[in-house]
Amino acid sequence: MAGNIKIRAKSSNGVTTVKSLMSHEMETGLRKDKKTGEPIPAHFIQEVTAKWNDQVVMKALWSGGVSKNPYLSFKFNGGSEGDTIEITWVDNKGQSETGTAEIS
Amino acid sequence: MIDAKRRTLLKGSLGASAVGVAVGAGLLTPGAVLANWPKEAFAAKDTDAALNDLLGTDATESSDKVKIKAPDIAENGAVVPVTVESDVSGAKSISIMAAGNSTPLIASFELGEDAVPFVSTRIKMAETADVIAVVKTDDGLLSAAKPVKVTIGGCGG
Repeated sequence: MAGNIKIRAKSSNGVTTVKSLMSHEMETGLRKDKKTGEPIPAHFIQEVTAKWNDQVVMKALWSGGVSKNPYLSFKFNGGSEGDTIEITWVDNKGQSETGTAEIS
Repeated sequence: MIDAKRRTLLKGSLGASAVGVAVGAGLLTPGAVLANWPKEAFAAKDTDAALNDLLGTDATESSDKVKIKAPDIAENGAVVPVTVESDVSGAKSISIMAAGNSTPLIASFELGEDAVPFVSTRIKMAETADVIAVVKTDDGLLSAAKPVKVTIGGCGG
């Protein structure tokens, strides 16, 4: 299940646009296994933190209503080429993953 | 109004103690409990309850300063692209709800001081319904809604 977080960040006219793709099943807990009829346990990202260098620019709180392999794009004022963007997610099982990219 | 607030407060404290008991009983590992993940709001069955739990009020003012970009028709409810943007100054957070889902609150984005009020993501929708975006400002909650027709629902088994 674990994959890396793909991040692309581009700065233009003083605004940085970040696009990211995470790898996660985002299971709501509402679905049932078609063969056994057993409910499939919930397993989804609950929190995503985005940092520009060491500053938090955005924190997302999610439910299982976000689509599988989540896509997230956001913008912030500032940022220049070579600055670091770091995105971390934590899911409802306590697993987490972090990805970084430089602004281009 | 007072009653509604009181109910929210009661619900909030009940929820908190339930989580505490679950942790104490070893049902949840502490690592799996995020202190500020709004469990009650995400479990709420309607949009008003979700807003009350998440933001403390369901009083929203519909505003053309909140813009939602979403398809008119979504062929696959499991993946509905939604972009929310606002030109209001001092936006604190953006919340996205799908009114027809059994638990409507999908995501809430807390904006840092340098963040531009813009988020784009993909959500699941169980049925044809409004996508509702709520932007929190110092002057209250601004909202917008956009109907999306869903051909195949994205939450069922």
